[in-house]
Amino acid sequence: MIFDFNVIWESLPLYFGGVLVTLQLLLISLAAGLAMAIPLALMRVSKSPLVNFPAWLYTYVVRGTPMLVQLFLIYYGLAQFEAVRDSVLWPYLSNATFCACLAFGINTSAYSAEILAGSLKSTPPGEIEAAKAVGMSRFKLYRRILLPSALRRALPQYSNEVIMMLHTTSLASIVTLIDITGAARTVSSQHYLPFEAFITAGVFYLCLTFILVRLFKRAERRWLVYLAPRKA
Amino acid sequence: MLNGYGSTILDGAWLTLMLALSSVAVATFLGLLGAAFRLSPIKWLALLGETYATVVRGIPDLVLILLIFYGGQDVVNRVAPMLGYDEYIDINPFIAGVFTMGFIFGAYLSETFRGAFMAIPKGQSEAGAAYGMSGMQVFFRVLVPQMIRFAIPGFTNNWLVLTKATALISVVGLQDMMFKAKSAADATREPFTFYLAVAALYLVLTSVSLLALRFIEKRYSVGTKVADL
Repeated sequence: MIFDFNVIWESLPLYFGGVLVTLQLLLISLAAGLAMAIPLALMRVSKSPLVNFPAWLYTYVVRGTPMLVQLFLIYYGLAQFEAVRDSVLWPYLSNATFCACLAFGINTSAYSAEILAGSLKSTPPGEIEAAKAVGMSRFKLYRRILLPSALRRALPQYSNEVIMMLHTTSLASIVTLIDITGAARTVSSQHYLPFEAFITAGVFYLCLTFILVRLFKRAERRWLVYLAPRKA
Repeated sequence: MLNGYGSTILDGAWLTLMLALSSVAVATFLGLLGAAFRLSPIKWLALLGETYATVVRGIPDLVLILLIFYGGQDVVNRVAPMLGYDEYIDINPFIAGVFTMGFIFGAYLSETFRGAFMAIPKGQSEAGAAYGMSGMQVFFRVLVPQMIRFAIPGFTNNWLVLTKATALISVVGLQDMMFKAKSAADATREPFTFYLAVAALYLVLTSVSLLALRFIEKRYSVGTKVADL
């Protein structure tokens, strides 16, 4: 048994195209997810059950069901309803890229909201008392003190979520997109070389994972130095 | 119920549950082995454990599943003729699924177990040794029961991720509830209904798991102090 390097070498352009698609899916869904996560996290730390409960239910249901099911519900499921097929949104909802980003965005919004809520809850009480003591309004307190500090402290956990999302984008290949996994599936079926094709995809993902880990280490050095243990 | 597809989907749900339970058994075994390797003073064993955990956790589950299913089948059929076996070998998707999921989540669990063993204060094993226990006795009587307590939160998390990841095995043809729902959706043209039913079943599975593991966590934490906030 020999590893067929020639086929892999020739299909490298396909893989690099896949890397671009993977990164595009990742960035769009993370941006959308984070935009939804901030209001959700604020709802999750609310003491009023009327505000807290809907956000809790949303994150519980999204985190309790598989990503694949959520993706299929949106991409295949919504077409069942005539109202959806006739609506102005249909050109978007019948597009695989849009559906994948929507599904991934919803998924990561639930996980990020829980991370952020945990981080908000662990804000040192002194910071809040100090803000109140200088007479900040509630809005200003959130904008200037709570959110910047919570977002920073959420960074280590959020980096895990980003890497999970990178791995989740591989599901896009199931709904016909040619991301890294999609490229590997194409190579695998064209040349009947599944072993070589998927090993190569694995190497690409490993490299991306390591790059992300490095980037987040840098971000932590930039924004979290004040929490690092003092060097002797 | 569900245009008569209710019972097929429930059959699939049973298969999903069996797959998840068998996989977690394999994963626990590999996770303990991996943790033991990584904590071992022997350098090459530690390196082996480290490589297993890093590589597997750096690659998406779906890619590993496709690699092991299709790639594994390919390798087996390339190697078998060299050993004088000429018929085409078709790997059983359930067995392959159990080992694939076990292999993937073993890496995640090895991280959990390693952390749990390291969380036990050193004085515990020293006290065991001071009572004259052998190394094995210290391990099974002192370390393992405490390790379980520290490992439960991480284990719960991994079990939930694993349960949800079993849906991916349907992609390579195991007839679990996701696969059954897909066939039913194609036949009736009501995909939303069936995927929603599957989502609900997964939610039941994860909710029951959460409750059960919370109960177990309480049992294993009996007699420990908790900071009251």
